[in-house]
Amino acid sequence: MDNALPLHNYLNEPRGLKSWLFTHDHKRIGIMYLWAILAAFALGGTFALLIRFELLRPGPDIMTAETYNKMFTLHGAIMVFLFIIPSVPAALGNFILPLMIGAKDVAFPRLNLASWYIYVTGAILALYSIISGAVDTGWTFYTPYSTQTTTHVISMTFAVFILGFSSIFTGLNFIVTVHKLRAPGMTWFKMPLMVWALYATAVIQVLATPVLGITLVLLIFERLFHIGIFDPAMGGDPVLYQHFFWFYSHPAVYIMILPGMGIISELIATFSRKTIFGYRFVAFSSIAIALIGFFVWGHHMFVAGQSEAAAMVFSALTFLVAIPSAVKVFNWMTTLYKGQISFDTPMLYALWFMCTFTIGGLTGIFLGALSVDVHLHDTYFVVAHFHYVMMGGAVMAMLGGLHYWWPKMFGRMYNETLGRIAAVLIFIGFNLTFFPQFILGAQGMPRRYFDYVPEFTSLHRLSTYGSWVMATGFICMAISLFSAFRRGRIAGNNPWGALSLEWTTTSPPPVENFAETPIITHGPHDYDQIIVPSTLAGR
Amino acid sequence: MSSPSGEHKPHVLPLRIYLGVGAILLALTGVTIAVSFVPLGPFNIVVALTIAVIKALLVAFVFMHLYYDNKLYFMLLASTVLFLMIFIGFTMIDTMERADLYPEVGTPIHSQAAMYDSLAADSGATHHEEGEAPISPADTTKPAGH
Amino acid sequence: MSQTASHSAHVAHHFADAEQQRESAKLGMWIFLLTEILLFGGLFCAYAIYRAWYPQMFYNAHKALDVTLGGINTVVLITSSVTMALAIRSMQQDKRRATIINLALTLVLAGVFLVIKFFEYRHKFHLGQLPGMYYTYTGIKGSNPHIFFSVYFMMTGLHGFHVIGGMAMISWLLIRTARGEFSSAYYTPVEMTGLYWHLVDMIWIFLFPLLYLIG
Repeated sequence: MDNALPLHNYLNEPRGLKSWLFTHDHKRIGIMYLWAILAAFALGGTFALLIRFELLRPGPDIMTAETYNKMFTLHGAIMVFLFIIPSVPAALGNFILPLMIGAKDVAFPRLNLASWYIYVTGAILALYSIISGAVDTGWTFYTPYSTQTTTHVISMTFAVFILGFSSIFTGLNFIVTVHKLRAPGMTWFKMPLMVWALYATAVIQVLATPVLGITLVLLIFERLFHIGIFDPAMGGDPVLYQHFFWFYSHPAVYIMILPGMGIISELIATFSRKTIFGYRFVAFSSIAIALIGFFVWGHHMFVAGQSEAAAMVFSALTFLVAIPSAVKVFNWMTTLYKGQISFDTPMLYALWFMCTFTIGGLTGIFLGALSVDVHLHDTYFVVAHFHYVMMGGAVMAMLGGLHYWWPKMFGRMYNETLGRIAAVLIFIGFNLTFFPQFILGAQGMPRRYFDYVPEFTSLHRLSTYGSWVMATGFICMAISLFSAFRRGRIAGNNPWGALSLEWTTTSPPPVENFAETPIITHGPHDYDQIIVPSTLAGR
Repeated sequence: MSSPSGEHKPHVLPLRIYLGVGAILLALTGVTIAVSFVPLGPFNIVVALTIAVIKALLVAFVFMHLYYDNKLYFMLLASTVLFLMIFIGFTMIDTMERADLYPEVGTPIHSQAAMYDSLAADSGATHHEEGEAPISPADTTKPAGH
Repeated sequence: MSQTASHSAHVAHHFADAEQQRESAKLGMWIFLLTEILLFGGLFCAYAIYRAWYPQMFYNAHKALDVTLGGINTVVLITSSVTMALAIRSMQQDKRRATIINLALTLVLAGVFLVIKFFEYRHKFHLGQLPGMYYTYTGIKGSNPHIFFSVYFMMTGLHGFHVIGGMAMISWLLIRTARGEFSSAYYTPVEMTGLYWHLVDMIWIFLFPLLYLIG
């Protein structure tokens, strides 16, 4: 329909570097976050490839044991704090949330810009920490090792402390935005499920991150002034650190997955041309996951010396938190049934998610069973579990969302053929990398170990080859996405024929998002009632 | 609360309410100090916290206008405090219920068994050295080996 | 009057009207206060755990704290909350001078609080009643009295840090009020700072009995 990009859009208006550095536009802030998190992903992924290369054979290959400790610590810290936690909320969420609810911006645009600069400050400090010798405690910074090691714990934990504020302010902004800035007619139950997911995530960000803040402050003071809070020699308790740390870090994993689940709702509805089965159940399950997720943190500490009573309470609640996730998966499956499914790249990622997240979630239940966890704790089984949920779950969903909203952000389509090839490579590579790790863990291979017995060699090799396939997939994906800027087809307002508000405005959108304030007359996924044609030629 | 033209008509509370609540807060401070000198055993902390909660609620409802505002704000505050209580509560389920280092000594299975001869000799010494164990002899409030 | 009202309301472009802007600011500030509650909450958790483990030591150690000074500080903070609330009330009635006086009183009282805390800290430094490995005092019975002082210094230290932040914000408000930037139609920053200040008071309301008045 259209054969040119809109003349005035948020990318070219206003012009100049200063207009970007001092922008209040949530779309520009989202785009800046996007480049940052993709760079962080590349960096964290590089560490992962180095780790996997080292593990090709037993014994030292390309690094010493001390360096290996730093590798997995940095891989974890960068991926968790610089990539995954900001990825969907701050990058995609910032761009899409106001558009989805028909608002002109988030509630506090200047706070949004502050969030971005706080993220940048934390990232720079983290990079400094890496360059000046890094940390070898594991991304969890457990005491007593973290209070005694000579590596740069303080700079890294202070960087994470700063990054936490970025997360808190983003969450605060989103909560107020969803409460106050919805367009006329958009009741809570007419909001797209992505918005419900972002809202639940924001609640977690706001409630959990301050506890991480105080935990890291206490750790820093312990290292600097030996206040003794975590030191048994002075009457402190090292396990208390773990309580404080996991009180944040368990809800943090729900910060990672919930927005991804929101994306999956959007993708499944759009690409099967059906309204989401059980909309209210899916909406409420986001809130349920957020709430119950606060009460299960002790399942990371079953063998840390925790009391049996506490362990039993946490185990029971861990089983409970699986239920809302299962509700979502079943509702998505039912949505797919008898739908008109089109296998565009975003949908491929959504389908991969259904497989890999289910495996990840179920293996989480295995680990939540006390007796089983005694054997599986700190083995590769845990590593495989969390990669299946974090990567097979959150990252797959993020990639699906990235491809879905790429045309909206930049006005041009990515290369679909290469996109699909990349998606397939990533799926195959991912499973090849991490499924053997379930077996490795069940057979007793401990995690964070630099060396291993020769019996584990073939599985480790398989895993490393998988990582190479995955890396190839990501390179193809990058080429596919960036080819949009050179030769991508003009997307038009609505290349997917989708129903949510962001597709009613131009691609890329104008600075003020909508020419006129939209009025809501239908639900966000009412594909059975309304047909909207795609603006993409030939679709 | 706002007129049709969009002008904000603030909700002004009478001066006596602010001064009155201030006076109550100061009085309660005096009460809590006085009560702290009366030995009530475990109830000292109960009384102290109750008075503190009353003072906090007065500050919240009157000074922070929670009483006159949308109920949402109070729900937010209440849920946050609830979360905090669960955080502290669950953590204490761990810290208060940690097992003895040597449970065989704490709750003997068969007190005549020969293994207790050597066990008791070792653990008896180490128990007293561990100043940080919850059952250190210096301040025992609950019997060892619960 | 309506002209100055809409002029001083400064409605940002993404808000429908001044009321939406005001309500959004209030919701945002309340959420921020909730994050502060959880920040301090971690320290309250550490306090609860260690006090439950070492009740006798906590009782012995707390005697090192001066109840009189603590009590005065409590009175000071409560009074500063009253003056802060009155400052907002004066602004609601367009009484600019009264607002400035009340804000100034709040600031002075906050300063008094910090001065008293400074003397308390100095006394402890003098006696060696310091956290963790710096603890050298010998007059307290019970195992590991360093823990009490670690908790004491972390909690009152973090609280004091927030008092300083509050003082900075109130000073900024004083300047803006003197410049005539607020009126009964727009005084949101004053109201929001007031909410923050009341929270700082509320936290001390709990700190005081928990640290100074262990029975």
